[in-house]
Amino acid sequence: MTASPVPGVVAIVLVTAATLAIGTWGLRLSRTTSDFFVASRTVDPRLNASAIGGEYLSAASFLGVAGLLLVSGADMLWYPVGWTAGFLVVLALVAAPLRRSGAYTLPDFAEARLGSRSVRTACSLLVVVIGWLYLLPQFQGAGLTLGAAVGAPYWVGPLVVGGVVLANVTSGGMRSVTFVQAFQYWLKLTALLLPAVVLALVWLGDGRPGAQETSGPFPDLVSWSRPVAEGGGQGLYVTYSVIVATFLGTMGLPHVVVRFYTNPDGRAARRTTLAVLGLLSAFYLVPPVYGALGRIYAPDLAAGGSDGLVLQLPHLMLDGLGADLLTGLVVAGAFAAFLSTSSGLSVAVAGVLSQDLVGRDRERGRLDGVLAFRLSAIVAVGVPCLTALAGADVGVARTVGLAFAVAASTFCPLLLLGIWWPRLTDVGALAGLVVGGLGSAGAAGLTLATDLGDRLDDAWGGWARLLLEQPAAWSVPLAMATMVGISRATPRRVPRHTTRFLVRLHAPEAVELDRG
Amino acid sequence: MSGAGTPPQRVRVTGPPRRRPPLARAREVDQETPLGELYLGSLLRDQLAIAVRTLAWIVGGLGLLPLVFFAWPALADHVVLGVPVAWWLLGVLAYPYLLLVGWRHLRRAERTEDAFTELMDEVGR
Repeated sequence: MTASPVPGVVAIVLVTAATLAIGTWGLRLSRTTSDFFVASRTVDPRLNASAIGGEYLSAASFLGVAGLLLVSGADMLWYPVGWTAGFLVVLALVAAPLRRSGAYTLPDFAEARLGSRSVRTACSLLVVVIGWLYLLPQFQGAGLTLGAAVGAPYWVGPLVVGGVVLANVTSGGMRSVTFVQAFQYWLKLTALLLPAVVLALVWLGDGRPGAQETSGPFPDLVSWSRPVAEGGGQGLYVTYSVIVATFLGTMGLPHVVVRFYTNPDGRAARRTTLAVLGLLSAFYLVPPVYGALGRIYAPDLAAGGSDGLVLQLPHLMLDGLGADLLTGLVVAGAFAAFLSTSSGLSVAVAGVLSQDLVGRDRERGRLDGVLAFRLSAIVAVGVPCLTALAGADVGVARTVGLAFAVAASTFCPLLLLGIWWPRLTDVGALAGLVVGGLGSAGAAGLTLATDLGDRLDDAWGGWARLLLEQPAAWSVPLAMATMVGISRATPRRVPRHTTRFLVRLHAPEAVELDRG
Repeated sequence: MSGAGTPPQRVRVTGPPRRRPPLARAREVDQETPLGELYLGSLLRDQLAIAVRTLAWIVGGLGLLPLVFFAWPALADHVVLGVPVAWWLLGVLAYPYLLLVGWRHLRRAERTEDAFTELMDEVGR
């Protein structure tokens, strides 16, 4: 980039300062362990929805979507649509019962529902796997973005983001993170929307170049206008795999789910979810503007890497102070995206670690809850941060996609059947988690980490590679079928408290009932 | 026997109650009586039916789009106000649609819960 690094540096310093300030202010309100884990369950739906929105909109949404749209066109619109529709599925099937279950985390839910330590352990393991899969690309993206925006060496990004997140998470826990996240949603929306409006006006001022050329200069316009991936039946499979993973994976993302426990009751959880749907919809209307403008003003980017589109477009369309200001704004938004998503994920992973690993010592009285949480946060942030520093290059967008696929193949069946199907058994759940987890993480991990994908390129006319790389479309139904099938085969293992637990999940809090 | 002269104290003779006293409906649920299971089952079924209808709206409105565009590729060539039709559908219209379906779901789910709360607050029979 030819632009000066000053606006980017100023933006990053300001965002970091604001994040730490709000986190410290939240710390003064944090007193108890309950504050740390679930903000004492008193978060208002509007604040909570902003916080969920802030946490959920990662760098993949802020930078990635616009770039993908520029390169591939309409079939990439399924990512933002799926990430939003995922919350509608949560609203319809999960939000209120999950809050009413009264559990802290997904492993807590699994143990309370099925009364099994093994299922709990499997869930804890999955939370850590999904959390780290999602954290790793955040740190990598931070390194790449800081490099592109201010010319910093790669290691600066992961270290700065890791440090700020750790400071925030260990100092104030969930309560302070809630305020930070809510602030960062509005920052991200402003930082994406305002430049988009200005740049669209610039485009109008330039005489709307490209508007009349819809049939002319771009030979691939037809594919750019099709909401299905290229390649006939295989393209259709890829598109549906993305749809399954995003629509169903959202409910299994640990940093999203842990937020539902901070609602006061089931109704508030539902209303929060609807508000999140609105906030995400507002945000995702903007990236297509960048994608379309990029097609006109940045045709070179379409050929090469595309994550820089949002960061570079202001300077491609404007000169001088205006371009510097807009660049500063989008860098601030991108940095906020790294910080907020990493904070949310770290809280979720640290919560599980502190309860299931470090917590063993706590039970023996060696550690108090807050200290255990802080130690776990260091592990939760440290492992992916060091992995990113070690230079593990696994592809930012694909790793996030993999996290969604694993979440959809494991926690989605567990939550759906656990909430709605009384005959689920611990053995059935465990079998489903193993099949779904190995199916999705194993298949995709093999292709990411080895050259298996390349060697399989020609097998079954390309289908073999596709099925491994995009497992969600088969691994989700397979996991679901396994849970149902094995549960049916072990009817005696249906937990005795099932009915009472379902009462707790579904009966409104206003009714006085024995909830077990 | 008491001594002569003092009349025996009057005792009220009753049989065991022929019917158990009516329970509040909430207690039926608590004690997992057949009636209680019926109440819970109907709440679950109602909420699930609402959820399934919401999912049907998602699948019908959005989930079938790739198949439609796959079957009729010429659809993608349509341009409305300078923007290809798929971009309108997925880039813009999908969001108000999702919100509308979500709002409808919220209203119905809360109404079902209110009905259940009223039912539970009444004393049975």
